[in-house]
Amino acid sequence: MIEIKNLTVDLGSFLLKDINLKVEKGEYFIILGPTGAGKTILLESIAGLYPIKSGEIWLDGREVTALEPEKRGIGFVYQDYVLFPHLSVKDNLIFGLRQRGRPKEEMQRVTEWLAELLGITHLLERRPDTLSGGERQKVALARALSVSPGVLLVDEPLSALDPQTREGMQQELRRVHQRLKATIIHVTHDFEEAIALGDRIAVLNEGRIVQVGTPEDIFRHPNSEFVARFSMTHNIFAGEVHQSSDGNTIFAIDDSEFEVVTELRGRLHASIRPEDILVSKEPLISSARNSLKGTITSISDHGSTIHLTVSTPLDFVCIVTRRSFDELNIEKGVEVYITFKASSVHIF
Amino acid sequence: MIGQIWRWLAQRRLTITFLLLGTIILLFIFVPLTKTLFSSSPSLLWETLLEGEVISSIWLTLYTALLATAVGLVLGVPLAYFLARHNFRGKRFVEALIDVPIVVPHTAAGIALLFVFGQNFAIGRAFHSIGIDFVLSVPGIIIAMLFVSVPFLINSAKQGFEKVDERLEKVARTLGASPWQTFFRVSLPLAKGSIFGGSVMMWARGISEFGAVLVLCSYPTIAPILVYTRLEEYGLNYALPVATILIIICLVVFVGLRSFAYRREKA
Repeated sequence: MIEIKNLTVDLGSFLLKDINLKVEKGEYFIILGPTGAGKTILLESIAGLYPIKSGEIWLDGREVTALEPEKRGIGFVYQDYVLFPHLSVKDNLIFGLRQRGRPKEEMQRVTEWLAELLGITHLLERRPDTLSGGERQKVALARALSVSPGVLLVDEPLSALDPQTREGMQQELRRVHQRLKATIIHVTHDFEEAIALGDRIAVLNEGRIVQVGTPEDIFRHPNSEFVARFSMTHNIFAGEVHQSSDGNTIFAIDDSEFEVVTELRGRLHASIRPEDILVSKEPLISSARNSLKGTITSISDHGSTIHLTVSTPLDFVCIVTRRSFDELNIEKGVEVYITFKASSVHIF
Repeated sequence: MIGQIWRWLAQRRLTITFLLLGTIILLFIFVPLTKTLFSSSPSLLWETLLEGEVISSIWLTLYTALLATAVGLVLGVPLAYFLARHNFRGKRFVEALIDVPIVVPHTAAGIALLFVFGQNFAIGRAFHSIGIDFVLSVPGIIIAMLFVSVPFLINSAKQGFEKVDERLEKVARTLGASPWQTFFRVSLPLAKGSIFGGSVMMWARGISEFGAVLVLCSYPTIAPILVYTRLEEYGLNYALPVATILIIICLVVFVGLRSFAYRREKA
């Protein structure tokens, strides 16, 4: 368990102020904040790599505020991996153990275990500069885990990866977390990443923690504009993906369900962009797989576009142009149909 | 056809002009060196090399320059690392100070050293009491070479350390390495190319030093001073073979070390 009390860090241009966080053992904790919010520095401060102005850091009941980084037992993974370029993958993995003077057998055992855990056995003799981004990230993760840190800090681990690798790495992180029951603090500016991975999320805005809660708390009841704007424009739902008897992939939430396209299964999230939803008064005959009947519960005017909330009873935000809105001739309380393609739903 | 060639040339006016100007300066460096190399017969060079005075002065030059470089490594590399990692008031002043030995006349540098390390002055007396004298002795040659050549090593090492991502050091710390371990296992190995390159430059600069050494120590005689005294006392014909040997040695050492460093960089 790691506890951060009243942490204040001077970033030069602004302050990270009164940061209070308590992360339970084995928890996957996300710090979510816009770019430039000082997230990396916050992690460096926790690890003892950046001087703090005031505050305390407690790790498993022991105060580590004054300890040097090498004595804290806090692992760190940087956004762009930062592997030792002069060492092979294997020597990167055992770097920590070697500095601690551990026996050869232990280094061998740990190397094999980590290589197997992350599927990098075939890379052990390679140099970092010959690896792809995803491979580097796995090596960086393995290296941080090699010294069994009490807490693992990961800084934007997915944002330097291409979209396909990103999805794989996201599952890798979740798998590692579940298998090792590791305590992880992961900072990101990516809302979907936060929702997909986090047991809990802390929202960092303008140097302060403005909200802490489960992903559902955060996107249902956002109290920062940064989060609110995101949840407004993404129609996020938490539910379950399963295969229906007729072979379709279904996202089910309470009594509603709709078709989606994904290989993932289990408790997941779905998002649909408001501009991908068609609104009509009569059911549409089209190739789109999902058509739901609902009631308009709110209408807000944004100039050239109108935002409608349609309750099916799930609340969908839909964006229509002013012209479509006039042609539809609708108002609050009217029944409409919303239609969207299965491929417009993003599952994460 | 001629029109085409003319257009081809016209489009490359800048490149051609620069190439011509560059060739002049290259020839300016190349011609005197090669002319010297080929103006003494191999047998005369061999005879000269066998003279006791020549051999001992060349040997003296090589090893004093090497010792100066060793002192530079021990004292200069830590400073280079410190400057690469810290910002403080007056840092620019310190950096300028390091470059001063390059810009002052080296005879003046020799006099400045004499004023500190001469036996009439406190530091010189202190060293004298433990048996080290700097005037007319080998230590004098070493400090003269050190003074004028150490900036090359410090600057090169500093650039090398600046290129090492500081976060590599931070990661090493989180993995349990102490600051010392981090320096010797991460920072130093990653900057060693620059440090090696700087050492070669420092050594070469030490070998070629004349003015500062002349002020502190005209005897024992280093090779550059030997060339000069022979020129003064016996004329060009006696100075030439020694100069030739000196140029050959420097070229061999320099080309050898450069290609060694190049191969390591590529590997």
